[in-house]
Amino acid sequence: MRRVAVVVFPGSNCDADTLDAARAAGSDAYYVWHRDTDLRQADAVILPGGFSYGDYLRSGAIARFSAVMQAVAAHARAGGAVLGICNGFQILCEAGLLPGALMRNARLKFLSRPVRVRVEATDTPFTRAYERGDELTLPIAHGDGRYVADSETAALLEAGGQVVWRYSGDNPNGSTNDIAGVCSAGRNVVGIMPHPERRNARVLGGEDGARVFFSLEARNATQHAGDMRAVDGRHLRV
Amino acid sequence: MSAFKVEIRVMPRASLLDPQGQAVQHALHALGFEGVAAVRAGKHLVVELQAASREEAAARARAMCDRLLANPVTEDYLVAVESA
Repeated sequence: MRRVAVVVFPGSNCDADTLDAARAAGSDAYYVWHRDTDLRQADAVILPGGFSYGDYLRSGAIARFSAVMQAVAAHARAGGAVLGICNGFQILCEAGLLPGALMRNARLKFLSRPVRVRVEATDTPFTRAYERGDELTLPIAHGDGRYVADSETAALLEAGGQVVWRYSGDNPNGSTNDIAGVCSAGRNVVGIMPHPERRNARVLGGEDGARVFFSLEARNATQHAGDMRAVDGRHLRV
Repeated sequence: MSAFKVEIRVMPRASLLDPQGQAVQHALHALGFEGVAAVRAGKHLVVELQAASREEAAARARAMCDRLLANPVTEDYLVAVESA
């Protein structure tokens, strides 16, 4: 059982879903308030989606200076697993823990709908329970989801296998190279625009996002990733 | 110490797509304003601060831009200091 800290900022709104998804995968998940400086021996930290500080100035720009972010940066520097979902991804980019930035969607509209994404890298703490090339249906809910990186950075990301998820077919926001999620050079810090925590049970329309959270529990497991179904039943418990 | 008013212009980098500017350009065109070659939309911030000199006020405003007010990946900024 892994200890998973879900950070709550003023304006986070996917914190409860993320906590539930991590618990459903068998993790010992708990909240950490943005003013806290102690991650309480977390194995993994998740920055959830939402609109921290009302997205004022730029999405994630103010949240990155929260007290808790120093602890998150120290955790990341020590090789600890960090996942940013949607607004959490924006915060990680603003904090410089991930390269690039998230800008206004190319067609300006706020988009809230399922999209298709392809898993491009499975050697991260949050994708090891997937197979490379897996096609997933995950919901997006963002206005500032267009991932941009200068051509040099984008080339480095591609060469280093740091593109973790890519939009398949339709690119909803105009992101560079159809990027939906990336990881750091050390592969322990991961960011994704779609919401795996909103698609982790059949009752939510599908389970394609569940393995993001099972991946944490599979970290030291000897079983093959294909055996996830055995654990999968857990989040059907009511 | 004197009071200074610093006007800060933050603009999306020229090499990046600026969908807000494009939407404004299309709206101007639709209203019949002809010959609008390009529109870019940015932010204008006015910061009032105390500093020993104009130079110090500008240096502090630039530090604010580097740390918070502009994103070094996507934006450029311009600082203009006025005495308050």
